Amino acid sequence: MVNAPLALLAELTHRCPLRCPYCSNPVELSRASAELATAEWARVFREAADLGCLQVHLSGGEPTARRDIVEIVAAAHEAGLYTNLITAGVLLDAALMQRLVAAGLDHVQLSVQDAEEAGAERIGGMKGAHARKADAARLVREAGLPLTLNAVVHRQNLHNLPALIALALEWGAGRIEVAHVQYYGWALANRAALLPTRAQLDEATRIVEAARAAHRGRLVLDYVVPDYHAARPKACMGGWGSRFLAVSPAGRVLPCHAAESIAGMVFPNVREVSLHEAWYRGEAFERFRGTAWMPPPCRGCANAEKDWGGCRCQAFALTGEAANTDPACVLSPHHGLLAAAVAEAGQAEFRYRGVA
Amino acid sequence: MIPRFPRGVRLQEDKARGRWIVMAPERMFVPDDTALEVLRLVDGARDVGAIVDALAAKFDAPRAEIEADVAAMLDDLVAKGALAW
Ligand code: SF4
Ligand code: SF4
Repeated sequence: MVNAPLALLAELTHRCPLRCPYCSNPVELSRASAELATAEWARVFREAADLGCLQVHLSGGEPTARRDIVEIVAAAHEAGLYTNLITAGVLLDAALMQRLVAAGLDHVQLSVQDAEEAGAERIGGMKGAHARKADAARLVREAGLPLTLNAVVHRQNLHNLPALIALALEWGAGRIEVAHVQYYGWALANRAALLPTRAQLDEATRIVEAARAAHRGRLVLDYVVPDYHAARPKACMGGWGSRFLAVSPAGRVLPCHAAESIAGMVFPNVREVSLHEAWYRGEAFERFRGTAWMPPPCRGCANAEKDWGGCRCQAFALTGEAANTDPACVLSPHHGLLAAAVAEAGQAEFRYRGVA
Repeated sequence: MIPRFPRGVRLQEDKARGRWIVMAPERMFVPDDTALEVLRLVDGARDVGAIVDALAAKFDAPRAEIEADVAAMLDDLVAKGALAW
């Protein structure tokens, strides 16, 4: 039996004033002229709610780079979805915040690149961004909305993890997501500069656990660990085509936001089919749904319905074959690739988009 | 003490799956039957005592027993960010 999806990731645009070296947007970006129109998004939201989605993550790129972001929030709200804005915050001002709240926005997730200005601006590649983020956090809190701080952590900012947690408290966030970089797309190109050492990872885990206890009831800490030091992969998306779907700026319906990185796959488009059709009958969703597609060692493994063989995008990025067992698993014949990458890491310079 | 749903958290019906859920920032909780009984009584006006009274009446159970369960449950929900004081 195929489950109904729980959440929709709406990637409204690939445009963004920042250029984080770990950005999970595809290396090949959609142009603004190809983006879905307001009315098309409104239809996508209604179809998502009818399918069983409860929540929509309005993301990008930078979702507020769209001039119709208020109309889009209103449409998602009217469809009955819990609305979450995932933003870098640099384009928010008081007037926009007010209109977003009036449109029915439920929650804001604000990204920070580092705890201190110099580091944050080097990583995000935009001058003045950090101060604007502080303003954005204040506007969200003044509007009475709950705030999550999203801190993507890696080799070059992990030393500031305690300061990032302090920043979440200072900015009034009720939740912080400490997420180690996931390596596909642009992040893979920067892996040598981003991968933490084992010691850094262990220290980070210790800090997160201590902070969880210290701020219990005041700050929720969610922690996404990198699989490069793991023995078992993550249950990516809770299983391909099982709980989650994404719609790209140009309308492609994806089982995971990085799925377009898998060469040779064709995804249904909301301009041609309904979400229902895409979810229940799209070949791309069928391809890795359940366990029947699995080759060994996943086939017949006791964990097959727990981790679903890990991440298809990571399997493709590292082994060239999306159906392979995620190399994060010790049982994968490619598991050694991860240790090799960790051993090689340590480069200082980032590669930015648009810079040769 | 009066528990309430913080802004951005709500109890809502999940029609597609025939259940009730607590929607919270980027997460959702599926309360079990007992938790759901408690959450339905959270209206920002009832204090813990009033919630316990209502449950004791409804289930015809000893108040002391319910009180301990409710206190533990509320504490857990507050830690998860699903409720606030
Ligand atoms: S803020 Fe950074 S990670 Fe997010 S879309 Fe912009 S460049 Fe990508
Ligand atoms: S072999 Fe496959 S199913 Fe088994 S633990 Fe590894 S990734 Fe999971």
